[in-house]
Amino acid sequence: MTRALGWLAALGLLAGLAVGFGYAPREAVQGNVQRIMYLHVPSVLTAYLAFGLVLIGGIAYLATRRPGWDRLAGSAAEIGVLFTGITIVSGSIWGKPTWGTYWTWDARLTSTAVLFCVYVGYLLLRSLIDDPEARGRYAAVVGILGAVNIPIVHFSVKWWRALHQPSTILGPEPSPIDPAIGLALFVNWVAFTLLFAYFLSRRMEIARLEEQT
Amino acid sequence: MIAAQDLRKAYGPTLVLDGVSFALAQGQCLALLGPNGAGKTTLLRLLATLLRPTSGSLRVGGIDAVREPDRVRPLLGVVAHGSYVYEDLTARENLRFWETMRGGDAAPVRLAAALAQVELDAVAEERVRTFSAGMKRRLGLARVLLAQARVLLLDEPFTGLDRRGQKWVNEFLLAFKAAGGTAVLATHSLGGGLAVADRIAILGQGRLLLDRPAAGLSSEELHRLYESLTEAAP
Amino acid sequence: MTYARRAWIIFHKDLLVERRSKEQTNALLFFCLLLLFLFQFALGPDRDRLTAALPGLLWLGFILAGLLGLGRSFLAERENDCWEGLRLTPGDKSAIYLGKLAGNCVLMSAVEVVLVVLFGVFYNVDLWTPAAPLAVVLALGTVGLASVGTLFAAMTTQVRARELLFPVLLLPVQVPVLLATVSATQALLLGQPLGDVAHWLKLLAGADAVYLTIGLLTFEFVLEG
Repeated sequence: MTRALGWLAALGLLAGLAVGFGYAPREAVQGNVQRIMYLHVPSVLTAYLAFGLVLIGGIAYLATRRPGWDRLAGSAAEIGVLFTGITIVSGSIWGKPTWGTYWTWDARLTSTAVLFCVYVGYLLLRSLIDDPEARGRYAAVVGILGAVNIPIVHFSVKWWRALHQPSTILGPEPSPIDPAIGLALFVNWVAFTLLFAYFLSRRMEIARLEEQT
Repeated sequence: MIAAQDLRKAYGPTLVLDGVSFALAQGQCLALLGPNGAGKTTLLRLLATLLRPTSGSLRVGGIDAVREPDRVRPLLGVVAHGSYVYEDLTARENLRFWETMRGGDAAPVRLAAALAQVELDAVAEERVRTFSAGMKRRLGLARVLLAQARVLLLDEPFTGLDRRGQKWVNEFLLAFKAAGGTAVLATHSLGGGLAVADRIAILGQGRLLLDRPAAGLSSEELHRLYESLTEAAP
Repeated sequence: MTYARRAWIIFHKDLLVERRSKEQTNALLFFCLLLLFLFQFALGPDRDRLTAALPGLLWLGFILAGLLGLGRSFLAERENDCWEGLRLTPGDKSAIYLGKLAGNCVLMSAVEVVLVVLFGVFYNVDLWTPAAPLAVVLALGTVGLASVGTLFAAMTTQVRARELLFPVLLLPVQVPVLLATVSATQALLLGQPLGDVAHWLKLLAGADAVYLTIGLLTFEFVLEG
């Protein structure tokens, strides 16, 4: 099962590369660097998926106390942090030629950075507790709060930015939605989701084996 | 009153309790003996619903303590190492706090009566910080009296007490039993245990190596049994 | 009714303990004074720069004091295994959370009043005119900080490296509260009426409601350990 996922993900990524570089057009204003969007956007979407699973895993663990749910939550969080990191770095790389700077307190970038911090904290908490039962419980509480906080963070950062600067041209939304760009995004998003599923499956397996020793 | 069946407690790979079973009728006292590290405290904490067993069943007062710990807790009175006292509060304030938290009636009359019963009425308005270990222990007993606990769980109740203090605890337990209470006390003091117990159990290697009525068991015999049984354990 | 009594006795107990030992409040209040100097020295003698940064500094002060004060919420319970005693009490454990929260709100409010007064005096800023609307923002921000702070304090009490973990967990979650309160405070200090910052207030109220609900619902899972 995991193997199959791995192959599918690899195929998906190849397809994504092909569509992203071959099929999708060169963007008028930004040039080829815009193609990094095909990495940036699917990454953040995958991160959201991951943290959604952390939320679900946490609630399910508190309700059932079955370790499998906690393994899901912990594994998903790790991979989620990874993809959040990719989102931030790719956003940063995108930003340098486009804005002229690696970092700007753009609403989305800031929100993503806060998200990153929340879940790194989550992982830190997990690493500091040895008792698996307590770890599952505490992590679940932090995971739930972190997830529910996401929309609140979004709005607060958006409004805060609106105070200080008009919204930048740069955003994951391509201006008039060129269907080619849309397709490239979609294919890459599917590929990333498959990759996430593969990582998750592997990571959960490792977690299960770790607990048995 | 208490029915434990095949209780196991593992911490990761370490098995602390390996199938403990016993039954204790109401109005009886069980003395749980064993060397340090044998698992007495773990077993007591399991009985107190502070820990969940890895496997096995436990019924207290007919209620499944593993599935419904919240229903069992009102029956229990726990006096353990930490005596659940706030050092900066007075004896009376401590009692008032715990009784209110329990949802009971913390009327001054009741508090005073409980303090009198444990002979702490003279120091009722003193901060617990000034109390000796024995006095804190007695305050703990006042707390469980006030709570009208039906099952008393005591962890090393004789430690740090002088002869008079120990005698006092014994008398307290006897009176408690006479009023229909059930008690389990964990101790490594063989003499202390024998004085009040109706049943004697020795815990070693995670199991009960002995579980028999205390009647007819002399102090010397108990010592002998204890030495031989616990020596066998590496 | 027992629920309310239990929340109340926790609150009352914390107040008594704090009044008798006086450990925490005095140190915290003195810390506020130190912060005043810290900010002044960090920003230099330029008065305008300080005034411009004032809303941020005020809330930075609250948060720093909050990190110190809130993190220790459950320290008293570690003595003599009182935490265990609380676990054994019957009934809804969220009453304990509520009682602790009330105590923390009182503590934070005291800190805030002191900081506001100190700021007004030392930085020569008029904080009296907008006092009423400012109080609203303060109240909402305090609840936001304390509601999550109390929950995380309970959690980290039992964990290694708790002094480090507590801020690491709390601060990212508090970003919305910080943004909202600073923006609102800034507007108020510029003389704008409360109505102008209604959206921020709504965000704060919403966030507070969410944090409180989660705190009440999940506290029993934290206490168990």
